[in-house]
Amino acid sequence: MKKVLVIILLVIIGYFLANTFINIPFGENRIGDVYAEKPTAAGYYLSNTKEKSKVANVITAIVVNYRGLDTLGEVTVLFLASTGIASVLYRRKEDEEETERLSLPSSTIIRSGARVLFPIIVLLGIYVFIHGHLTPGGGFQGGTIVATGFLLMLISYKGFNTNHNIMTWIESLAGLTFIFLGLWGLIADNTFLGNIPEVGKLNSLISGGLIPIIYIAVGFKVAVELTGILDILLKIKPKK
Amino acid sequence: MIAVIIIIIMAVLLLAAAIYSVMHRDLLFAVLGTGIVSLILSLFFYLLQAPDVALTEAAIGIALTTIIFIITIRNTTRDEDEIIDKENEKL
Repeated sequence: MKKVLVIILLVIIGYFLANTFINIPFGENRIGDVYAEKPTAAGYYLSNTKEKSKVANVITAIVVNYRGLDTLGEVTVLFLASTGIASVLYRRKEDEEETERLSLPSSTIIRSGARVLFPIIVLLGIYVFIHGHLTPGGGFQGGTIVATGFLLMLISYKGFNTNHNIMTWIESLAGLTFIFLGLWGLIADNTFLGNIPEVGKLNSLISGGLIPIIYIAVGFKVAVELTGILDILLKIKPKK
Repeated sequence: MIAVIIIIIMAVLLLAAAIYSVMHRDLLFAVLGTGIVSLILSLFFYLLQAPDVALTEAAIGIALTTIIFIITIRNTTRDEDEIIDKENEKL
């Protein structure tokens, strides 16, 4: 009975999915003429970001500028997820109890490798989110790369501790930066996250107005939140 | 021609890893299977000219998700068989 129900549901879902996708021609240019009089949304983004926002990476301009409110929502979702994990799993240290992170000490090879790789990984992450408006990647990608660097240190060294006070401060400051930059646009330009400052020259590091600043803030926020989640998860005592 | 063959091999490996991770009883190996799926998927994204998505998939799919699942498995129970056996004994 259960299996029949599942099969019927799958057939219904498959029918509607096929119905939707069969109407979209495969491989056709659906962006249309980029420089047309009335371009499609994709055409508008492709033609306008280079000339108006002076951002080389169009995806960044869409994520941070045109669809900036959605990005704020995404950042909020991540913040809520990390807060939820922290509220469920965070354990205050009891008296004279050592926070035990690993049941076994990691080997010398992992420890020396981690010491060499850690600064390089963090540097790569910071590079990715500072150059978010020039090269592929941005705040989310760079932040996760920085978090993987911290993860490497957390699983290699027992004594490697993250300071939760500083992390909370960085997170709050980054979030507030995003919101206040958005409000600045709302006051000066009547649009939330409007691009107020000088946009500069295409393909230079300081260009795009608010976009790189917001992406740097997002990068810090994502890195700190993911590091916090990993730190809390690693500090749970394993079940005996 | 060589590119097409490589892409076909990658797609077959992707499917094989996905089926492996679904079918395997041991949770640890299943999680490693999903890690391999993410690895090949991020290569696919790179080949299909989506470097942004490839970076995200590489950082989140390969490293963070896999590690978070492994930590969770370490803190809970690894083998499903033991639990099922115990439940059967109780019945």
